[in-house]
This record gives sequence, structure tokens and C-alpha cells, in this order.
Amino acid sequence: MKTVDICVIGGGPAGLNAALAASSGGASVLLLDNADHLGGQLVKQTHMFFGSERQQAGTRGIDIAVSLTTAVQGTPSIEVWLETTALGLYDDGVLTVECLGEYRKVKAERFVVATGASEKMLAFKGNDLPGVYGAGAVQTLMNVFGIKPGQRVLMVGAGNIGLIVSYQLLQAGVSVAAIVEGAPRIGGYLVHAAKVRRAGVPILTSHTILEAYGQDSVEGAVICQLDQAWQPIKGTEQKIPVDVICLAVGLSPLSDLLWQADCRMLYIPELGGHVAWRDESLRTSQPYIFIAGDVAGIEEASSAMVEGLLAGYVATLDIGLAPSDVSERIRAAREQLVELRSGPEGEKTRLGLAAVQGEAR
Amino acid sequence: MEKELKRTGVPDNRDVDSVYPGKERLASGAVAVLECFQRIPCNPCATCCPRKAIKAFHDINDLPIIDWEKCNGCAICVANCPGLAIFVIDENYSPTEALLKLPYEFVPLPRAGDEVKVLNRAGQEVGVGRVVRVQNPPSFDRTAVVHLAVLKELAREVRFFILGGAEGE
Ligand SMILES: Cc1cc2nc3c(=O)[nH]c(=O)nc-3n(C[C@H](O)[C@H](O)[C@H](O)COP(=O)(O)OP(=O)(O)OC[C@H]3O[C@@H](n4cnc5c(N)ncnc54)[C@H](O)[C@@H]3O)c2cc1C
Ligand code: SF4
Ligand code: SF4
Repeated sequence: MKTVDICVIGGGPAGLNAALAASSGGASVLLLDNADHLGGQLVKQTHMFFGSERQQAGTRGIDIAVSLTTAVQGTPSIEVWLETTALGLYDDGVLTVECLGEYRKVKAERFVVATGASEKMLAFKGNDLPGVYGAGAVQTLMNVFGIKPGQRVLMVGAGNIGLIVSYQLLQAGVSVAAIVEGAPRIGGYLVHAAKVRRAGVPILTSHTILEAYGQDSVEGAVICQLDQAWQPIKGTEQKIPVDVICLAVGLSPLSDLLWQADCRMLYIPELGGHVAWRDESLRTSQPYIFIAGDVAGIEEASSAMVEGLLAGYVATLDIGLAPSDVSERIRAAREQLVELRSGPEGEKTRLGLAAVQGEAR
Repeated sequence: MEKELKRTGVPDNRDVDSVYPGKERLASGAVAVLECFQRIPCNPCATCCPRKAIKAFHDINDLPIIDWEKCNGCAICVANCPGLAIFVIDENYSPTEALLKLPYEFVPLPRAGDEVKVLNRAGQEVGVGRVVRVQNPPSFDRTAVVHLAVLKELAREVRFFILGGAEGE
């Protein structure tokens, strides 16, 4: 059995920063991720990020991943296990993992769960045809492996992910026939929408996909307009010939481990679905488990990084291995979170967090 | 911000009016136009401007406010804005043409002298333009700034281009 002070599960922006914070006062830290590299979602983000310079705004996601990964690798007290999947987390502080085909146990005083999110699926006829992808898969193909997913894409969803992945498809030389969005409004940032619009991609709000058609793989999609009650309007169906249909219809927190560990779970739509109850320090109802990043509520890398720091620092306080200025660092992290969430785009998160705080442990 | 913008993603005349410099300032040379209409947590424009022409933000969600008298159109903010929402316009470029400095993140990059098709905010082709210069120093971090000469009357509309013989998409 491996024994460490603090174990961080998931090596995305939240987990990387949690590991850095957790080790900052001398604690031994184990960081594990089921991928063969650190960085989580960031390794696919070739665009410049928002936020402020404290969260590396203006820097491309992939470059943020490199700088955080380098910092982690340069910290001797952080041990990294890649290709390691966390399987079960138990009351006695023991985590079971599968590491390169081998089962292992890890004992830690505190855990930070930073497992991120998984993509939502959409029900429509033909959605099992080859050529129907999640946006994450399209990004991984293009930006990690350098493979074009197809020639012509219909994007479903005009949130930030749908808009950004459309832009990245254009950059890869793939044409985007249209972006359809069920809501009457574009959900993502308007500056991202403007980028794809001026490159000639139509955004069809109040539209949805009805079906994917094709013999052995996608040859096209049927889309239609929606009325105010989100019902298809008869006679507005149109066929769009495409060989890829890309779904960007939202993310849900990847919280299986937290269910299994018997953390109190809440259903909070504003945070993306089921999330663990947590206090203002990101501690769940199981006092030895903290959460940070998208698993705590779907947001952005900027807030994920800050949540990682907050959870990491509070965990060091618990075990008496905090850096000397820990209260200052915790206060700074809290302030940054409030600031990041203070605008109109942060409203959903604010509502979601208020709902969590309204619940008892 | 107009409701239409949320539906179409294309700023209309009224949106553009609200961020566009006056005739006098335009006539006096290169100036940045910040087509950023929505409060989002973002501030690199304000922090990168060497002349402090873009006011420091109180709150990271603030809309950018520019002092056009301080701006000299250097285009550093064009390359630094993650929204690719800043464009520099120089109406003094020649008697008939204006010079646009547009952010561009596609390959291949155009070369000085190339003739390109120019597109408006809705991606419609509205004429041709001539690439005058391509800035792509390491400090721009892979967002090139393309200097494009277009007819003066197109300066307010043109925000993108496609390479000469290339396909529309
Ligand atoms: C297209 C797109 C564009 C985006 N653009 C921006 C942007 O401009 N600005 C911004 O701030 N944010 C952006 N984001 C959001 C940002 O990428 C995420 O919010 C952020 O990555 C969340 O960080 P995280 O650490 O919580 O999760 P992730 O980055 O998802 O990392 C979670 C990690 O945990 C690992 N993991 C999961 N389960 C296990 C397990 N059981 N065992 C071991 N490891 C596990 C995963 O492999 C993964 O590496 C974008 C996202 C997408 C998809
Ligand atoms: S063009 Fe140059 S001077 Fe003008 S706002 Fe941008 S960075 Fe500042
Ligand atoms: S950097 Fe660009 S997107 Fe961000 S606030 Fe400034 S103008 Fe808007």
C-alpha cells in the first residue's frame, strides 16, 4: 500500500493546482490521472483563454497545461502516476486504483477529487451512426492526434464549446455547414460567435437536429426550427449534407467516485447535474474528501485552477502541513473565485452555489 | 447590447455605432475599435496596451473603455484579445484606401502583396483587399495581425478575409 499525506485524483487544471498547493507546505502528494499525460481538458484547447492574468488569460489552454505540468514535475514532493484510474474511495482513507493493468491501494490523510466532467448525449434518430461525435472526441482527434474528423460538420450546440470547436474545425481546414442551437439565444460568449460568423458559419438558433441519415455512416442531418415551447415546427425540416455531426450539448460532473464514497449528493441543474455537497472550502460531507473543478460544478479552467488551490491549501491546514502564509493564500483564492463569478455569465454558478449552501451537510 | 446580437452573433449597425470612433478621430490616423459587447470575465486588452489607452478594469467583467486620443493603433491588443474582437482602422492610409489590422489564426498565412476576398461580420464576401504586411512575432503568440488595404467605404464592414483562389470554407 502506498501512503501519502494528500492524494489528488485527476490531473486537469484543478488537480494540477491542487497538487501544487497541497505540496506547498511540505506534505507528500500523489497525483493520479487515467490519461497518459497531465493537463486534462487543457491539452485540447488551442485558443487563448479568458480570465485575468492571474489565471493566465490570453494564454492558450495547451500552454497553461505545459506550465502547470512543468511546475508539478519540478516539485519533488509530488509523485505522479499516469494511466491510473481511481476505482473506489473508502471511509478508512484508502483509495483503490488500477495502474497499467495492476491493482494498487493508496492511503492518504486527505483526498482532492478533480475528475472533471463527461459529455452529455442527445437523443435523435440515427445518433448511433459512425460520424456522430461528441465535441470532446472531435477536439481530441484534431488537436491531440492531428486527425481531421471529416470534411463537413454540423455542430449541435452554440455554447462556448460548440463555438470554439467549430472555430478549431475551420482552423483544421474542415468546413462547418452550420451550428444549430435549440435555445433562441447563443449561449456561448458573443466574441466566440462573432469569430465563426465572420468566417461564414451560420448559427441557427431555435433549431435542432431531428435525425442523422446515411447507409453505413453519416451522410447528412435533418434539422428543423423549434417554436417557443421547443416543439419542432412542421414544414421547416431541411437536409444538410455532412459527414460529421458534432454534439456540444453540455457536460455533467464526473462524480461516480463521490457517489461511491457516500458523499452527500445534490441535483443542481445550474452546476451541470449531480454534484457533491461541499462547504465554502470545497470539503464534502465526507470530511477527508475535497472537490475542485468541473466535478464540483461545470465552469471554466480559470475557476477550476483557483478551486484546486483552495482545496489544496485547506487540506494542508487539516494535516498541519500548511505553508506559513496559508490564510493569506486561502483568502486570495476565495477573492478570485468571487471575482470570476461576479459577472452576468457567472450567474448560473452563483445560483447553483447558493442552492448548495442552502442545503445542510 | 442588442437582443439581435444574442440571436445571430453578428453585431449590427447600432452595436457597431456604440463602439466606433468619431469621424475626426478616424481621419487623424490608426485607431483601435473594440467590438466587445458582452460582460465576460476577461481583461487582457486593458493589461497589454503599452499606452494605457484601455482603462484599467475595476471588475474583470467590465466592458473595455478606450481613450482614442491615447491609442496609436499599434495593434498589440489585436493580437492579445482572446475574443479576437479588436481591429485597428487607419483611414489615412491612402486617398482611396483604408488600412485594416485584423487578427488571423489560420494557415497558411497570407503574404504581403496577396490579393484576398474580404468578408463582412456575417461572412459575406463584400469585395477584395490587398495584404500589405503580416505581423507574427513570438510576442503575438500565434495570433498574426494582417494589415489589409481595402476601399475606404469598406473599412467599417470588413472583418475577415479568405485567401484569393481558396474555397469559401
Ligand atoms: C472546447 C472547450 C473550450 C474551453 N475553453 C475554455 C476557456 O476558454 N477558458 C476556460 O477557462 N475554460 C475553458 N474550458 C473549460 C475547461 O477546459 C474546463 O473547465 C477545465 O478543464 C476543468 O478542469 P478540471 O481539472 O476540473 O477537469 P479536466 O480538465 O476535465 O481534468 C480531469 C482529469 O481527471 C481525469 N480523471 C477523470 N476520472 C478519473 C479517474 N477515475 N481516475 C483518474 N483520473 C481521472 C481525466 O482524465 C482528466 O485528465 C473549455 C472546455 C472545452 C471542452
Ligand atoms: S492599438 Fe495599441 S495603443 Fe491602441 S489600444 Fe491597442 S494596444 Fe493600445
Ligand atoms: S480582451 Fe477582447 S474579449 Fe477580452 S474584454 Fe478586452 S476586448 Fe473584450
